[in-house]
Amino acid sequence: MIRGILGWLEERFEFGDSVGRVLTHPVPAALERRIGWWYVFGSVTLAVFVVQVATGVGLAMTYVPAPNSAYETLQFISSEAAFGSVLRGIHYFGAGAMVVLVLIHMTQVFLFGAYKYPREANWLTGSLLLLLTLAMAFTGQLLRWDQDAFWSIVVAAEQAARAPFIGGFLATLVVAGQNVGGATLTRFYATHVFLIPAAIFGLLGLHLYLVVRKGISEPPVRGERVERATYLERYHRLLERGIPFYPDAAWRDAVASLGVVALVVALAALVGAPALGRPPDPTIIVADPRPDWYFLGYFALLALIPENAESLIIIGLPALAFLFLFALPLVAPFGERHFSRRPIAIAAVAFGLIVYSALTVAGVQAPWSPLAAEGASLPAATTQGLAPVEQNGARLFVSKACFSCHAIASGGGRRGPDLTTVADRLDRAQLISRILGGGGAMPAYASIISTDELDDLVAFLVTRSARAR
Amino acid sequence: MKLDRRTFLGRVTLGASAAIAGIVGFPIVAYLFAPLFARATPAFVEVGRLADFKDGETQLVHFRDPSPLAWAGQTAETALWVRRRSEADFQVFNVNCTHLGCPVDWRASAKLFFCPCHGGVYNEDGSVAGGPPPRALFEREWRIEGDRLLIREAALPTPGGTK
Repeated sequence: MIRGILGWLEERFEFGDSVGRVLTHPVPAALERRIGWWYVFGSVTLAVFVVQVATGVGLAMTYVPAPNSAYETLQFISSEAAFGSVLRGIHYFGAGAMVVLVLIHMTQVFLFGAYKYPREANWLTGSLLLLLTLAMAFTGQLLRWDQDAFWSIVVAAEQAARAPFIGGFLATLVVAGQNVGGATLTRFYATHVFLIPAAIFGLLGLHLYLVVRKGISEPPVRGERVERATYLERYHRLLERGIPFYPDAAWRDAVASLGVVALVVALAALVGAPALGRPPDPTIIVADPRPDWYFLGYFALLALIPENAESLIIIGLPALAFLFLFALPLVAPFGERHFSRRPIAIAAVAFGLIVYSALTVAGVQAPWSPLAAEGASLPAATTQGLAPVEQNGARLFVSKACFSCHAIASGGGRRGPDLTTVADRLDRAQLISRILGGGGAMPAYASIISTDELDDLVAFLVTRSARAR
Repeated sequence: MKLDRRTFLGRVTLGASAAIAGIVGFPIVAYLFAPLFARATPAFVEVGRLADFKDGETQLVHFRDPSPLAWAGQTAETALWVRRRSEADFQVFNVNCTHLGCPVDWRASAKLFFCPCHGGVYNEDGSVAGGPPPRALFEREWRIEGDRLLIREAALPTPGGTK
């Protein structure tokens, strides 16, 4: 009976000859070994992408992409709607997982030399998919439409404005007009929900077509070079002894996908959706905008680059990254594939990983950000037993915002030097000259502080010594 | 060159498809981009009475875009820093840091503007006191009408753009 139905369906759809053949297309037999685990990341990325689409559609059923309602609908989704927090959480952690997985997938392809002939176009379409993934991550953060999102749009526009010639146009495009307003959010929404996903679906189709058409690359062998004259024949001979993708290789993909999706769902269920910041009210000036964690490294870079190279780096660095991505398979399509024979490739991965990790740590700490004015106060121990003049100096240290950038004992900002024991380094005259003259990131206080105030402030700083007074 | 039937029909197919894209594409593209360049003459809007501003002090004002989109919500608001230098002399600053646009906060006791993002600092007169900002705070045109202070609307200020 069931056999009869299946037979009828097969005769009408003929999936066995199309879908079936794609599913069971031969892949290198080596994937059956443990090294097969290195090949799962593309499939895992795809699985998380499907999760993003599904949860995104769910969120769109409630979210209203208008500036006067978006924040309220997000609050509703996060705290009132049944499973709303979980759904938002999955979409949030899924977004982070997408960024990470795409990068891991690319790193594996890069180190295995799988981008080489004849699979250059696989790499190029994949690179475009990376850019689209980052674009999804960024536009998605903006749809959160809290204070961080509002100022992130402004920052994005200011960065776009630095592009040569078309900067002004790009900035206008980002904010959809002259200022962030009624048109901005609806456009970001349409971009995030229709425009970029449409491009992703198209490119993903092309990418998967290429993966099947060009075949999954065999694990690299030391000394076995890719040459135009010999590679295709060698690969086809390899496939004659190949294994069917489904299920011999696909089971690893499915298991790994389950692991990652389960992790995303677990994080969503345990941690929940990210808390919304303050409402996106441009008149609330006390803000501390931060991008989501995977962009913190870039945020840090913007604070740390030298001022005169700024526009060059804001525009030039992404341009250089694009150039690397898109030139790589065209410049190095042949030759050694194994990473042990490609020290520069290993160095490039290690360098990128170390630099971006260090930048991310810096971005989390953000020592360049001045401490907020509200509630700032010196640790009590630092003012104990001081003379009235010194006490007043300690108060001025906070009110004149010195404390926003300079640490004393356990508190204070970290932008400028730690002044816990400044009296051991600088004498009175030197202190006065630094305060009045400023320099670098330090404002000159000459026009801000009165002579009496300066005397008191310096009297306080002179007490900051490691030696007993 | 002789045009055979097949080549001709191929061109008809491509031509018809391109024409479809063109006649639908033009209005779509125009619809998307036209609003970006619709530039109403920036009007002067009132931000407060002169008596609200004390000599030598800097304070935050905000005003509502006189003709926002109906669903603009809070984004129709704009905040500015107003400094009264003397009886009839004002300085009006955009809140946006000239580095990357984050909102600068005025600390009256320190007489400095601080930016929370990358640590830009500005003096009372908007000049750069420290940090990464490439230039002084952007200023807005203002004028006094009767006992009221008016400020000219303006686009988000960008380094390449005009003031």
